[in-house]
Amino acid sequence: MIDAYATELGDILWRSLQVSGVAVIVSSLVGIPIGVWLGSTRFPGRSFLSVLIQTGMALPPVVLGLLYLLLSRSGPFGGHGWLFTVQAMIIAQVVLTLPFVVGITMASIAAVPPDLFLQVRSLGASPWQARWTVLREARSGVVLALATALGRSFSEVGAVLMVGGNIERHTRVLTTAIVLETSRGRFGLALALGAILMALALAANVAIFRLHGRPAP
Amino acid sequence: MSEEAILRLRGVTHLYGSACVLRVSELDIFAGEIVCVLGPTGAGKSTLLRLLSDLEPPSSGEILVFGQREQCRTPQLAQLRRVTMVFQHPLLLTGSVRYNVEYGLRLRGQANSRHVGEMMLERLGLLSLASRSVHTLSGGQRQLAALARALVVEPMILLLDEPTANLDPASVALVESVIAGENQTRGMTVIWATHHLFQARRVAHRTGLILNGELVEMGPTKQFFESPINPRTAAFVQGEMVY
Repeated sequence: MIDAYATELGDILWRSLQVSGVAVIVSSLVGIPIGVWLGSTRFPGRSFLSVLIQTGMALPPVVLGLLYLLLSRSGPFGGHGWLFTVQAMIIAQVVLTLPFVVGITMASIAAVPPDLFLQVRSLGASPWQARWTVLREARSGVVLALATALGRSFSEVGAVLMVGGNIERHTRVLTTAIVLETSRGRFGLALALGAILMALALAANVAIFRLHGRPAP
Repeated sequence: MSEEAILRLRGVTHLYGSACVLRVSELDIFAGEIVCVLGPTGAGKSTLLRLLSDLEPPSSGEILVFGQREQCRTPQLAQLRRVTMVFQHPLLLTGSVRYNVEYGLRLRGQANSRHVGEMMLERLGLLSLASRSVHTLSGGQRQLAALARALVVEPMILLLDEPTANLDPASVALVESVIAGENQTRGMTVIWATHHLFQARRVAHRTGLILNGELVEMGPTKQFFESPINPRTAAFVQGEMVY
């Protein structure tokens, strides 16, 4: 009995890490370059785009769950068979976390004095080296963006429940397991799962901030 | 000093919006000379340096660096940049003084960057601060660190935008002697924007005056101060405010 619980808990833990980890990695790979570009470039409509991104941060997960309509059999992407799969949960989490990564990265890049780019260019940096240097200067903000995205991803329940379906040994993650155990009245187990979720989030944030907090070279 | 013009400006104008902030009809800078550009605040000295450093293209006209148009230079040449600049408000990178001074060397993949960086820090009296975070430096120390960062890559042309503005007299003398040393030993060409007339008299082979974005005169320093051709230059060196 205990072995079965342990196996299931391990399975849920691994899937939670897989869904949140992949979602944050994809959001970072897509969102950080977009944030760097938006934060360092001036063009007509940039302010409007910034407002849209900030609005995206307030996107309710349940609304995002309407992704269900796109992935269901009658929807435009129904043919892929992604509904109630881990892929669907990752897509939902990428959409949820991307505005945070883009918006916070953009704000932190915009806070770096624009002259820095020119000053490092004047020392011989190529445009890419100069952009990397500016990104390094804004790394506190970028780290905050990653931590926020990770927190958002770990704690998300509405969208992953709708597109994942909370199927045992298939799409169940910590948050959906907590919802299930609470609905069954097993509050002790739900609280224990909540504590594990918090420990996971704490460990991930400690890792991120330790990486960021290396002493100055 | 050789007679080879390494910087050549022809019919250069630069606009910010509709305002013309710089007009230079003709200017040649020769290898190995120190040229001071005088002028009141906002006259266009910094704009001239930014154009010379290829950080901004001129609105019109032509700037030849080592005989090549700036936009036509090969990426490698542009990347390795034989021209470096110290800005009026230098921005240092988060990290130690050493990290900043070695920045340009690392970009060039120089293996012994630590040793070379420390030698430059020592020359500018910064070696004891090498491990200090730049956030703990005074304004003058930051300016010296920025100068060390630019000098350590041994540029052929150094553009200085009021590099001694925040320095005490002893540090000013140190900077002037280090720049003069680099000029004499390596033949480094220096274009130095300043509003200190005495500094120009001390360091420059030639001195020019920019007023309201226009280069009104450029000549040998002795002639510039003692027998200027343009009446506005004469008024400026006599301390009259002419704009």
